[in-house]
Amino acid sequence: MEQNYSIFAYLISGIFFILALRGLSSPETARRGNVFGILGMIIAIITTLLLPVIENYVLIALAILIGGAIGTSIALKIKMTALPQLIAAFHSLVGLAAVMVAGAAFHNPSAYGIGQTGNIPTASLIEMSLGSSIGAVTFSGSIIAFTKLQGIMSGGPITFKFQHFLNAALGLILISVVILFCLHQTQNFFWGLSILAFIIGFLIIIPIGAADMPVVISMLNSYSGWAACGIGFTLSNNLLIITGALVGSSGAILSYIMCKGMNRSFFSVILGGFGGDTEIQSNAKVEQKPFKSGDSNDAAFIMQNAESVIIIPGYGMAAAQAQHALKEMCDLLKKKGVNVRYAIHPVAGRMPGHMNVLLAEANVPYDEVLELDAINRDFPSTDVAFVIGANDITNPAAKTDPKSPIYGMPILEVENAKSILFSKRSLGVGYAGVENELFFRDNTMMLFGDAKEMCESIINVIKK
Amino acid sequence: MEHLLYETTVFILAIFVGYYVIWSVTPALHSPLMSITNAISSVIIVGALIAVGPELFGISKILGFIAVVLASVNIFGGFIVTQKMLQMFKKKKK
Repeated sequence: MEQNYSIFAYLISGIFFILALRGLSSPETARRGNVFGILGMIIAIITTLLLPVIENYVLIALAILIGGAIGTSIALKIKMTALPQLIAAFHSLVGLAAVMVAGAAFHNPSAYGIGQTGNIPTASLIEMSLGSSIGAVTFSGSIIAFTKLQGIMSGGPITFKFQHFLNAALGLILISVVILFCLHQTQNFFWGLSILAFIIGFLIIIPIGAADMPVVISMLNSYSGWAACGIGFTLSNNLLIITGALVGSSGAILSYIMCKGMNRSFFSVILGGFGGDTEIQSNAKVEQKPFKSGDSNDAAFIMQNAESVIIIPGYGMAAAQAQHALKEMCDLLKKKGVNVRYAIHPVAGRMPGHMNVLLAEANVPYDEVLELDAINRDFPSTDVAFVIGANDITNPAAKTDPKSPIYGMPILEVENAKSILFSKRSLGVGYAGVENELFFRDNTMMLFGDAKEMCESIINVIKK
Repeated sequence: MEHLLYETTVFILAIFVGYYVIWSVTPALHSPLMSITNAISSVIIVGALIAVGPELFGISKILGFIAVVLASVNIFGGFIVTQKMLQMFKKKKK
């Protein structure tokens, strides 16, 4: 009977999680959604604590206190520009926790009702192996993603000969170790398969470059969900299965949206190596073409006299932490009667929705921030497109040059605006290693320098 | 075998629910979506608690303890970061 109560309570908790995600359909309901999520988690934990198998609460309280204190202090201190690496770090913890839980179930199967040590049913062993290996891949993959985003490891793709061959070979070895584990049920095989999966996770993320991180983070998000699912199957726990499937499909859909935003197949991102060497080659190729460059006086003059301005932020804005200065600049322009809006490309930044969060942090109202489909038709009637720290996502070569590596990628059509301002550090190529012909157009003006300093300097000119 | 079929049913239905719910999330909130899914996937704490719970001391208990700590970091961190982000999304003052 007690078991039935807990199954019912877990179901309620699962429903709360669904409502939490549903809340994110609009910023107005999103905060309520987060509260649903918290409630769902509290119900899940209390229900588990009331199970008869829990006899001692001291260690549990200690563990939750330690973890809770660490989590809270990190979350309160974190800067919004460091969000992508924080999310990557959090994913790694879910992955490691999944490995630990699978290990715990293997060492004490009777507590989980899956037989006795040395006599665990094969189905449970397979589920355990799945949970643990997906968890280990999530763990090491997320750590690599974290070090790349944090700048500890070079953001460029790291490739070597026979890389894919090595990965495939390790994958096959992993499968054979899983089979051996099911046959012999020894702990060496269990830890062996976890360590192998750990190495595979490491190897599949190192060849992927930093600007492909939106896909990688979404993918790891998805993995952390499937790992929870694997654990759910092991423990025959519906809540874990439901939540894992929700998170798994969420990450998968985000990866799909990000890949579509770059017009690249999921596999080409995963196989990696994009944007590394090509960058050097095309840099050497760049011939001296005439371009116009200006300073903050020119930019301030052009924008003040415009009727409408659209801001296109990219990773450069995040890197320079320019969002607050940008917002102040736009406020001044609005005071002068200029209509200012923001256009966001799906893959701008290092994680899905990265730019939206940074603009929100700078107090930009979310109804001024528009997605690609909503704003593209407005460029022809716009006076100034102000591109800050972005490049590839505005490159018309994506529409016109079938040979270009970014061909087919949806772009923000800034070329249709009457004039274009590029705030960039140099004339250099973007991540894809392609030259942007817009730089050399008559109605384009390059504003060289740090994005934040440029905005501040424009502010000073307007104020004068 | 029977309960595996039953779990698979739940699993597949949940994927469908996930599919439709996630497509309805506005792209502006994709970052909070990542952090909230990250927080709720830490529901594997349920499995970890069962390992720490018994009086008997063993490897299982140590592994479970570590897992509870890790999952708690995520639960607290994930929900707080999500809340912090969502707090910032404001509408234009009319």
